[in-house]
Amino acid sequence: MSTPNTPLWEVFIRSRNGLAHKHVGSLHASDATMALQAARDIYTRRGEGLSIWVVPSSAITASDPAEKAMMFEPAESKIYRHPTFYEVPEEVGHM
Amino acid sequence: MYTQALNTAEADDRGLEDAAKAAQFQARIDAEERIEPNDWMPGAYRKTLTRQISQHAHSEIVGMLPEGNWITRAPTLRRKAALLAKVQDECGHGLYLYAAAETLGSSREELVDAMLAGKAKYSSIFNYPTLTWADIGTIGWLVDGAAIMNQIPLCRCSYGPYARAMIRVCKEESFHQRQGYEIMLTLCRGSDEQKAMAQDALNRWWWPVLMMFGPPDATSQHSDTSTKWKIKRFSNDELRQKFVDATVPQAQYLGLTIPDPGMTQDADGHWRYSEIDWTEFKQVLAGNGPCNRDRMAARRKAHAEGAWVREAAAAYAAKRAQRQTAQAAE
Repeated sequence: MSTPNTPLWEVFIRSRNGLAHKHVGSLHASDATMALQAARDIYTRRGEGLSIWVVPSSAITASDPAEKAMMFEPAESKIYRHPTFYEVPEEVGHM
Repeated sequence: MYTQALNTAEADDRGLEDAAKAAQFQARIDAEERIEPNDWMPGAYRKTLTRQISQHAHSEIVGMLPEGNWITRAPTLRRKAALLAKVQDECGHGLYLYAAAETLGSSREELVDAMLAGKAKYSSIFNYPTLTWADIGTIGWLVDGAAIMNQIPLCRCSYGPYARAMIRVCKEESFHQRQGYEIMLTLCRGSDEQKAMAQDALNRWWWPVLMMFGPPDATSQHSDTSTKWKIKRFSNDELRQKFVDATVPQAQYLGLTIPDPGMTQDADGHWRYSEIDWTEFKQVLAGNGPCNRDRMAARRKAHAEGAWVREAAAAYAAKRAQRQTAQAAE
């Protein structure tokens, strides 16, 4: 029997308390426990993190880059969603 | 550099692909946009990068061998801890790079098997032996120094995952070069025998290190497309010259002599080196360097001896998954 390919995991690390977990890369491991240990060894050799998440790459659903124009168009055309769209007289001061 | 064997013309299959898509792709590259894994890309771009990144990864992994050779014989505990950390870093660099290569569609297993089968190359530099402790200093100072010179521009490579891996690698590589230079400095300030050992290591490594940058621009067939695709931002000769200019003053500070009697400094301040022996380079790439067979044998042995671990981990994961399914059914 040949050994199956080892599953791929995505690694997210929270660098300091208060900051969100950030994607740092990926690794291969046969289960979640080994993925966490490998993530510790590969991505935090210099104290980069206080918390690690590992997620099976197969569990991620991604948007299609070929459709990004259509996907993000609704936000592109709505400049009134930004504060600079509105005029406030200088005398009013910072708002 | 770590992908010297890329200097053979790639079969051009772009003609088969949608010309409009190819033009759009090139426009994105020209606008300094990063290409991400799921974006459309020409087949040759994917192929070139898979080869380049996986060869870079293989080089990091094989690169652990010459230095690992000295871990148990490091002269002090401080040196031993530093060398161990450095070799661990090389392993980490290999893993970041494999992950980047895999985003182009090859599995880790395929990439590793290609190397073990001798089908994929790794840098020629790791086929030279580490005969004395001074070799460890020289590798950190020069081999890692040359690698940094090559890898800094790769942080701006057009392919996102490769560029991001390079940023991590470069941050860590600086420690490698500094620890190497410190070893050399200590030897050069030591006894006459220690200084002679440092000089001997420099004599043996100097030319192979210059070869790391790859063939001269005039004979390199691969650079044109890589430059157009912004994978490569400087030519082999440009990077080699930068490295030589940076290194000569460092050698002078150590009181060591670069083993090139014909070396001169021109009016612009550049150090002009003598002709490099490219037949030696070709021989090493072809598998006839001093340690090619040893390196391959060591990698194959490590891979074979790890087989039971991979099997056991897979069997354990399968058993746990089965138990979970059974529990859920109860």
